[in-house]
Amino acid sequence: MTIGEMLGIVLSFAGAFLALFIASKAYTAAYAFHMFVFAIAGFGSAFLIFKRYTLRPAVIPQEIDGRPNYNYGPVKFSSLAAVFWGIAGFLVGLIIALELAYPDLSMGVSWLNFGRLRPLHTSAVIFAFGGNVLIATSLYVVQRTSRARLAGELAPWFVVLGYNLFIVIAGTGYLLGITQSKEYAEPEWYADLWLTIVWVAYLLVFLATLWKRKEPHIYVANWFTLAFIITIAMLHLGNNPAIPVSLFSPKSYIVWSGVQDAMFQWWYGHNAVGFFLTAGFLAIMYYFVPKRAERPVYSYRLSIIHFWALIFMYIWAGPHHLHYTALPDWAQTLGMTFSIMLWMPSWGGMINGLMTLSGAWDKLRTDPVLRMLVVSVAFYGMSTFEGPLMSIKVVNSLSHYTDWTIGHVHSGALGWVGFVSFGALYCMIPWVFNRKLYSLKLVNWHFWVATIGIVLYITAMWVSGILQGLMWRAYTSNGFLEYSFIETVEAMHPFYVIRAAGGGLFLLGALIMAFNFYKTLASPEEAGAPEAKPALAPAE
Amino acid sequence: MSLWNKHAIFEKNSIVLVVGILIVVAIGGLVEIGPLFYLKSTIETVDGVRPYTPLELAGRNIYVREGCYLCHSQMIRALRDEVERYGHYSLAAESKYDHPFQWGSKRTGPDLARVGGKYSDDWQRGHLNNPRSVVPGSVMPRYEFLAETPLDFAHIQEDMKVLAVEGVPYSPDMIAKAKADIKAQLSPDDPSVADLQKRYPKAVAHTSLGGADTPTEQDAVVAYLQMLGTTVDFKLFDEKANWR
Repeated sequence: MTIGEMLGIVLSFAGAFLALFIASKAYTAAYAFHMFVFAIAGFGSAFLIFKRYTLRPAVIPQEIDGRPNYNYGPVKFSSLAAVFWGIAGFLVGLIIALELAYPDLSMGVSWLNFGRLRPLHTSAVIFAFGGNVLIATSLYVVQRTSRARLAGELAPWFVVLGYNLFIVIAGTGYLLGITQSKEYAEPEWYADLWLTIVWVAYLLVFLATLWKRKEPHIYVANWFTLAFIITIAMLHLGNNPAIPVSLFSPKSYIVWSGVQDAMFQWWYGHNAVGFFLTAGFLAIMYYFVPKRAERPVYSYRLSIIHFWALIFMYIWAGPHHLHYTALPDWAQTLGMTFSIMLWMPSWGGMINGLMTLSGAWDKLRTDPVLRMLVVSVAFYGMSTFEGPLMSIKVVNSLSHYTDWTIGHVHSGALGWVGFVSFGALYCMIPWVFNRKLYSLKLVNWHFWVATIGIVLYITAMWVSGILQGLMWRAYTSNGFLEYSFIETVEAMHPFYVIRAAGGGLFLLGALIMAFNFYKTLASPEEAGAPEAKPALAPAE
Repeated sequence: MSLWNKHAIFEKNSIVLVVGILIVVAIGGLVEIGPLFYLKSTIETVDGVRPYTPLELAGRNIYVREGCYLCHSQMIRALRDEVERYGHYSLAAESKYDHPFQWGSKRTGPDLARVGGKYSDDWQRGHLNNPRSVVPGSVMPRYEFLAETPLDFAHIQEDMKVLAVEGVPYSPDMIAKAKADIKAQLSPDDPSVADLQKRYPKAVAHTSLGGADTPTEQDAVVAYLQMLGTTVDFKLFDEKANWR
C-alpha cells in the first residue's frame, strides 16, 4: 500500500468521525443530515481506496508501448456526471419557469418554492453541469496536449468525487434552506471550505500533470484552464469569508457588509461568468474545435492577445451589475468602461474560433457535432456583444432588474456554454470510452430542437424585459406613473409561458443526447484505435 | 517578432504562467474594491441607521433562507420613476450593517427597500399566507408555512456575537437581553417596549397571533419587513453634504 493510500484511508476515517461528532451536536436537523452525508462519503472513500488497492496492479505504468497510459477514469465519471446534472439542472429550470407562469404550482411547499429552487437551478447548471464538463475536458486535454498520464492516482479521483460531493451538499442545502444568499455563491461556510480543499487539489493535479509534459510548450487551452482554476480560487476566497455562528450551526455571517459586500459579490459574480463560464469553456473551444475540424488554431498571436486581454479586463467588469445604486459613481464608471472594452478580446476569441474552420467550412454540412461547436462560438459572439451594450449606464437603467438580464444570461448559458459542452461531450465520450457515437442523426435532432428552444427563450425574455422596463418608467400626460407594479407583472405572463416552452425544448434536446450516449455506451467497444475520424452525416 | 518569441517564457514555465495570471487578474479587484474600505465618501454620514433588533434579525435570516432576494431588490436607484414609485433612493449607509447585503439583482416583485410601514401587519400576514388573496395578479409563492413554524431563536445571542465581531454595534447589554427583546417586540402594550426602543430607536412592536411566548417565523418576517427603510429620517438628510 502506498503512503498516499494509507493517508487517504486515515483522513477519510478522521473526516467521517469528525462529521459524526458534529452531527451529534448539530443545531438543526438539516445540518445533521449534511454531516451524515459527509460521514457516509468518508467511510465510502476509505472503502473505495482499500478496494482499489486490492484490485490494482502493483505498479501502474506511465507508458505502454511508448504511448502514454492516459488515465481516463476520472474523465469518464465527470462526463457522465455532467450529463446527469445537466438534465437535473435543466429540469429544475423548467419547473421554476413554470412557477413564474403558474405560481400555485409550488403549492406553498417550502422546498418547492421559487426562492429555494432557483439557486438549485443556477448551481446545478453552472457548477454541477458546467463544472463537471470543465473538470472532464480539462483533465482530458491536459493529458493529451502534454502527452503524459495524469499526475497522481488517487488525487484526480479525489477532485472528481470531492467536487460532486460539494454539489450534493450545496444542492440539498438550498432545498433545506441552507444558503448565504450571495448569488452563485450560495453554499454555506462548511461547503465553501470543502470546495476550497477540492479546488487546491484540482490545481495541483493540473499543474503536476503539466510538469510531466513531453511537449516543450504548454498548449493554449491549458492557459485558459489555468486562468480559470486560479481566478476562481481567488474569487471564491474573496467573496466568501464568513464567521460561522458555531461549529454546530450551518449559519454564518459574511464579514463584508453593505456596499463593500455588494462590490465583492459582483466582482465574484461577473467573473464566475468570466472565468468559470468563459475562460474554462474557451479552453474547450481551443482544443475541440481545431481537433474536430482537423485544422490548426487560426492565429497563435491572436490567442496570446485574446488570453491576456480577456483575463485582465474581465475582472473590472463587476460594477456594471450595480449601476445607479449606492456604489460610488467612480466604481460604476470604471466597471462600465472595462465592460465595453471587453467586447474586443471577446470577439478576438470568437474570431480565432470561427476562423479555425478556414478551409473546413464544408464540414458544417456533414458533421452536426462540429456544427454545434461552431454555433456555440457564434452565440458567444452574440452574448459578448449584448453584454457590453447592457453595461452602458443608460441602457442598464432600462435593462437592470428585468428579464432582459435573464435572457442575456441564457443566450450565453444555453447557446455558448450549453452547446460547446454538448459538442465537447459528443467528441470526448466516444473517444474515452473507445466507442462509436450511436447516431449522428440524433445529434442533428438535438441541435435543432435545442436551437429552437434557445431562440424562443431569449426572444421571449427580450420582449418581456424591455416591455417591463418601459412600463416601469412610463408616465401619463399628467406626469403620473402610468402603471402600478402588478400591472407590469401581469403583462409578463405570455412571455413566461413562451420561455417555459423554450426551456422545455432545450431539456428535450438534452434527453435526446442522454439517449444517444446510453446507446453509445451499450454498444461493444471498438477494436481499432480510438479517435478514428467521425462518420459523417449526409450534407444539408 | 522578438516580442512574440518572448511569450515562450510563459508557455514553457507553468509557474511563470501562474504568477503572470495571478498578477493580471488581481489588479482590477484591488483598484475597484480596495478604496471602498478607506474613501470616506463611500458611505454617507447619516443619522438613524441602527442594528436590527433580535426579532428583525431572525426575520432577516428567514428572508435570506427563503431566497427572497432572488425576486425582490432592496436598492432604489437614483432614477425619477424609482424614487416616485418606491421613495428616496437608497443610501449606502442604510445597508452598512447588512451581512450579507440584500440589494438583489431582479425585480420579479417590487423593491422592498422602503416597504416598512407601507402596509398593515394584517396585510403583510395575509399576503405572506397567500399573495393572491390581496394581489390577484401576483406570481409570488405562498408562505403560509411560516405562520405554522415556531421561531427558533435558541441561538440568537451567538448570531449577535458574531455580527458584533464583524463590526455591527451590538453591545453586551443588547446581546444579554436578546431573548427578552424578542418577547418585548411582540408585546405591543407592555412597558418593556419602551426599554427595547432605548436600545433600538424606532423599533415597532407587533402583535403575535400565537402570543409573545410562542412566536412564529411569520412574526419575525413581518417585523423585518415593517422596519425596512424606516430608520433614516429623510427630512433631516442633507443630500448636498453627501455629494460624491
